[in-house]
Amino acid sequence: MTKRDPAATGELAEALEACAGNRGELIPILQKAQAVEGFIRPETVRAISRRLKVTENEIYGVATFYAQFRFHPPGRHHIKICLGTACHVRGGEQILATTREKLGIDTGQTTPDGEFDLERVACLGCCALAPVVALDDKFYSQMSVLKIQGILDEQSRAE
Amino acid sequence: MNSPALNDRRRRAEAGWQELEASRQPFIYVGAGSCGLAAGAAETQKAAAEFLAAKGVAARIVQVGCIGPCYLEPLMDVRMPGRPRISYANVAPKDVPGILGPFVDGGAVPKSHLAGHFGEGDMDGIPRFFDLPMLKPQVRIVLRNCGLIDPDEIDQYLARDGYRGLEKALELGPEGVLEEIKRSGLRGRGGAGFPTWRKWATCREQDADQRYLICNADEGDPGAFMNRSLIEGDPHAVLEGMLIAASTIGATRGYVYIRAEYPLAIRRLKTAIARLREAGLLGANILGSDFSFDLTIKEGAGAFVCGEETALIASIEGRRGMPRTRPPFPAISGLRGKPTVINNVETLGTVPHILRRGGEWYAGFGTEKSKGTKTFSLVGKVRRTGLIEVPLGMPLREVIFDIGGGTQKPFKAVQSGGPSGGCLSEEFLDLPIDYEHLAQAGAIMGSGGLIVVDADTCIVDMARYFLGFTQKESCGKCVPCRVGTRHMVEILEKVCDGRAELSDLDKLEKLGGVVRSGSLCALGATAPNPALSTLKYFRPEFIAHVKDHRCPAVTCKNLVVYRIRPEKCTGCQRCVKVCPTGAITGPRSEPHNLDPSKCIKCRSCYEICRFDAIAGDAIVIES
Repeated sequence: MTKRDPAATGELAEALEACAGNRGELIPILQKAQAVEGFIRPETVRAISRRLKVTENEIYGVATFYAQFRFHPPGRHHIKICLGTACHVRGGEQILATTREKLGIDTGQTTPDGEFDLERVACLGCCALAPVVALDDKFYSQMSVLKIQGILDEQSRAE
Repeated sequence: MNSPALNDRRRRAEAGWQELEASRQPFIYVGAGSCGLAAGAAETQKAAAEFLAAKGVAARIVQVGCIGPCYLEPLMDVRMPGRPRISYANVAPKDVPGILGPFVDGGAVPKSHLAGHFGEGDMDGIPRFFDLPMLKPQVRIVLRNCGLIDPDEIDQYLARDGYRGLEKALELGPEGVLEEIKRSGLRGRGGAGFPTWRKWATCREQDADQRYLICNADEGDPGAFMNRSLIEGDPHAVLEGMLIAASTIGATRGYVYIRAEYPLAIRRLKTAIARLREAGLLGANILGSDFSFDLTIKEGAGAFVCGEETALIASIEGRRGMPRTRPPFPAISGLRGKPTVINNVETLGTVPHILRRGGEWYAGFGTEKSKGTKTFSLVGKVRRTGLIEVPLGMPLREVIFDIGGGTQKPFKAVQSGGPSGGCLSEEFLDLPIDYEHLAQAGAIMGSGGLIVVDADTCIVDMARYFLGFTQKESCGKCVPCRVGTRHMVEILEKVCDGRAELSDLDKLEKLGGVVRSGSLCALGATAPNPALSTLKYFRPEFIAHVKDHRCPAVTCKNLVVYRIRPEKCTGCQRCVKVCPTGAITGPRSEPHNLDPSKCIKCRSCYEICRFDAIAGDAIVIES
C-alpha cells in the first residue's frame, strides 16, 4: 500500500496494515470493518481492494453473497426475530408481524429515528426455548406477541 | 505415547478435581449455554451471587455448558461439602433465596424446583438427575462432560480422562488409529454418513506437501443446535478430536469454520485453544512427538450453503461460498488445491472417546450399519425439549414420547434433517433412527434436528417455510435450484392462500424431481424433500386447502378469520390496547368490534384474551 486511504483510520487501518495481503483474509477483514464501523463503507472497500489487490467489484460480489454484511449505517438497537423451524412452528411469524407493525418498518430497514433495526434470522440456536428474539446482545426466550410488545414499549420508554 | 509434561499436568488436574470434590466450600453451578442465558441464567446467577454475599457465604459460582434438558432452564445446581450436587430447574431470580437459604442455614433440602441429584442411588426421595424420564433412555458419550465441567478449564477436562485419546493415537500411529476408527464404524455426523476412516485414509494416501483439516461448525440448519451445545459445553473434546484426526491424516494446519451467530461458542473455543497452546498441546512437536499442528478459527458470514464442503472451502479462501463439482473430492483436492478432510463437530467430538475406549466398545452401540450414538436437538411441540444423545436404532416413538414426553395436542409429524430432510407421519413412529431407515422413508438423518409438530401446525405451511428457507439460501449457481425452488415456493404459497388448483400439486411433484436431479450440491438435491414428503404422507391436508379453502390446523393466514364472540366479550378493552393496527374498537363494558379489513392476524388479541382478560375465550380463530 503506497498511499494510505484517508477513510481507513485507527483500528481498521491497523488491521489492514497487519494483513499479509492474501485473498483468504478478505472475509475476516470485512468482518472487522463491520465490527468497527457498523457497516461496509465504499471507502473501506476501496482501501481493502488496494491492500489485498482484489478488485472492488469482486469484493462487493463476495460481501453481498453473505447475509452478515450490510451497506447502510445500523440503528442504535438491533432486533433479530428468529424464524428457525422451531420458532416458526411456535409462532415466530406472528411476532415478526407484530414487531413490523409496531415499528412501522420492514425487515432490513431502520426506523426513521435511527432507533431500531429489524432483521429476521434463520436460527439463533436456542430452539428448545422457541420462539426467540434477540435485542442487541440479549436473548429473550419463549416469546409471545404480547411479550414483544412489552419489550418494545419498555425500550422506547427507556430512551 | 507418554509425555512426562502431560502426565504431570494431569496428576495436578486430578488432584485439583479431588480437592474440588472434597472442598469445604459450597459450589453453585449455573447452566450458562446460549440456551440457558436466553432463559435468564445470567439473572439467576446474579441473584445467587447477591444472596450468598448478603449471607456472608464464600461459595464458588461456576458457569457450565448445557446439560441437555433445555425445558428445565435456567438450571442451578448446588453442591454442599460432603454431599452430591443437586439440580434445581426453572430457577428465576426470585426463587434463589428459597433454594439457597435452607442449604446455607443447614435446613432440609428444599423440594420446590428440585430436579435431581448427581450422586449414586436414592437420596431422601430425591431422584437421580440422570434417572429423569428425559435422561434415563439416553447414552451419553459425546455429551459426557457437557454441563458437568467448567468448559473454560482444561484441567477439568484432563481430570476426566481428557487427551488420553490423543496419547493413545500417538502411540498407535496413523495406521492404528485408522484401524480403530474403522472398527468403531463411525460415520460422518454432519448428515451424509460417510465412513470417517475412509475419508481420513483417502486424504492420507495423497502425495502432497501440505494437508488440511477443517472442523465444520457451520451449523446452519434451522432448528438444530447440537454443535453449538457441544462446543459451548465441552470444547476440548472437539479440539482433541481435531488433534487426533490431524495426526492421522498428516495435516499441520487446521481450521474451525464456525457460524458468527454463535458468539459464546466462539468465545469458549478461543479460550480452549489458548489453554491448549499453554499446555503444549498445540504448535510444534506436540507431546514431544514429531507431530506439529496449529489451528485458526474462521467465522462464517451467514450463508447456509457454506455447510457444503466445497462451498465452505471457497468461503475460507475468501470467495463467494458456491459449491463446485465433485470429484475431485476435498480429501484429494480441497483447500488451496491440497488434500483436505472436513469433519463435522460431533464426528470429531466422538473420536477421542473411541480412541480412549476402543472401536469395539463404540461399535457395541447402535445397529449393524449405523454404529454408536447420535445427538439430536429435540424441539417443536414436544413437552420436554432439549439436546439428547441416544444409540442409533432407537425407534422414533421412544425418542418423541419417552424422552420428549409426547405432545400436548395430538402428534402429527416429525421433521428429521431440517430443510434437507423429510416429514414423517404417525405411521413411521416405530421406525428405528438410523441412516438407512430414515432415507428409505424419504427423510434423512441430517445433522440431528428433530422437529416435532402437533395438530396445531399446518403441514403445508411448514413445507412452504422450508422451501422458502432453501430458496433464500440457494447460492444461485444451478438454475433448477435457483429458479425451481422459487416456483415451488410460489405454488406452496398458492396452496396456503387457498388459490391453488389440484393440478398445482402435480406440478409441485414434477418440479421437485427436476430440482432434485438438476442441482450440483446437496442443498439443491435435497431442497424438494420437505415438499415431496409432506405431499406423500399428508396429501389430504393439501387437498383441504385446495378444494375446501380451509386450513385444518387453523394456521394459514389467508384461510383463517378472527372473530369476537359478543356473548362472551365483557368489553374489558385489553385487546383494544394490544391491537397494533387499531382493528378492534368498542366502549368499555360492551362487546367489542373487530374490523377484518384492518386485522393483520397477529394473535395479540387472542393471546391477551386467553391470559389476561376476564372472558378468556371471547376471541376465536376459525378456518
